Amino acid sequence: MEKPAHQPIKPQVSLAQELTKAHLPVSSCFFCRKCSGGCPLTFAMDILPHHVIRLALLGQEEQVLDSETIWVCSACQTCTTRCPNGIDIAGVMDWLKETAVKRGRPIPDEEVMAFHRFFLKSILASSGRVSETRLLRNYTFYKMRRKLDLTELKQNINLGWKLWKRNRVRLMGPPALQGKAEIKEIFRKGEF
Amino acid sequence: MEVTYYPGCSLEGTAVDYAASIAGIAPLLDVELVELFDWNCCGASSAHCLSHQIALHLPARNLALAEKVGRDVVAPCALCFNRLKVAEKALLDPEEEELGIPYEGAIKIWDLLDFLTQDVFLEALAPKVVAPLINLRAVCYYGCLVARPPAVTGKTNYENPRNMERLLKVLKVKPIDWSFKTDCCGAGLAVARPDIIDTLVQRLYERALAAKAECFVVSCQMCQANLDLAQERISRKFGKDYYLPVFYFTELIALALGHPDAHKWLAQHVVDPMPLLKSRGLA
Repeated sequence: MEKPAHQPIKPQVSLAQELTKAHLPVSSCFFCRKCSGGCPLTFAMDILPHHVIRLALLGQEEQVLDSETIWVCSACQTCTTRCPNGIDIAGVMDWLKETAVKRGRPIPDEEVMAFHRFFLKSILASSGRVSETRLLRNYTFYKMRRKLDLTELKQNINLGWKLWKRNRVRLMGPPALQGKAEIKEIFRKGEF
Repeated sequence: MEVTYYPGCSLEGTAVDYAASIAGIAPLLDVELVELFDWNCCGASSAHCLSHQIALHLPARNLALAEKVGRDVVAPCALCFNRLKVAEKALLDPEEEELGIPYEGAIKIWDLLDFLTQDVFLEALAPKVVAPLINLRAVCYYGCLVARPPAVTGKTNYENPRNMERLLKVLKVKPIDWSFKTDCCGAGLAVARPDIIDTLVQRLYERALAAKAECFVVSCQMCQANLDLAQERISRKFGKDYYLPVFYFTELIALALGHPDAHKWLAQHVVDPMPLLKSRGLA
């Protein structure tokens, strides 16, 4: 249920402090909205980038961690580039995504999160490099299990066939790296 | 000139046309691309969404490997380049967290477009152009992540890069100025949220057409994929009949220099560039 607009916000400092600790300070935001002005993805967002920064500054954890915005961000870095106060807004979006997953928050755009997971799993599975063909196959199966959309499936098969005909599909996986163990260790340390 | 080459996963996968065109033109410019031994995935646009740690350590391993070799590194993929630069910053900046990987910062990290548009290469190219690409009206479309954020990439012309236009002029292509050369195509959202790509890319088609362009020239395989693979779907969705081939800048170099395999790489695109090239008397 949406909160009524007049309900006052209770500011908390903890979230801003956590962001500062992660080298992502947001306290210098003076609300110029340049980030939202230049963002190409606002049409798909529920709250705008400057809202994310402002709400983070006011410690409104649930609102930012549960927002669709953080998952829709394509990390194009326009906001970070243009912020007059040097706030790494795209970096904040990343931190919020990682934190939302770690804290078990409900993820509004589960398929985007799942894609990122499949991507990382794919690096790990082939010990260092991504096989795009396998990644796309695995993700397509996941999506079919979730919701079978025949139109989309037909489109994907059609595109796959076009790529196949053009010799752009690699069935063989990437070569095993000598540094296989190092890659495993990176993932272990990253708690993945 | 010898450089360390970090191709990245896509160039071993769907972007084999880009990879082949790079391998094709390098000898023509006296560049020897020595592939980085045992390189791994940079984590692309997914690792940094789920794990800051993994997203730094994956490219940092590549950098450490490259520094041992000692040559500068060239990356043809915008994402790979960006992640290498992020790792470099983390490894060299004392204010960033400690990664525990020794790195001096003695090598330079290049994105392929910047590398090949150095004056020395443009000067070397000019006399080699045997098939000038006259009458081809193109807009340059730069990948977001080769330029942004400047604090990471070290670029100064991040809002209005001009180096691809400079290159095209050497090849006698007519680059058309437009305001959307660094706007995002949606990048890695292509798989999970194609609806978003449709909106972003359709805008780019419309803006390119408004500028009276007839093709795109790109330097990023993610941009190429989104502009090329989705064209039929977007045409259907918006009830339009878009025909805008999407060239890699390396393919145009190959065409202008008369490389015998250039047409083979172009045939791997989904939007066939041949009708356009033929209509301009270029094929």
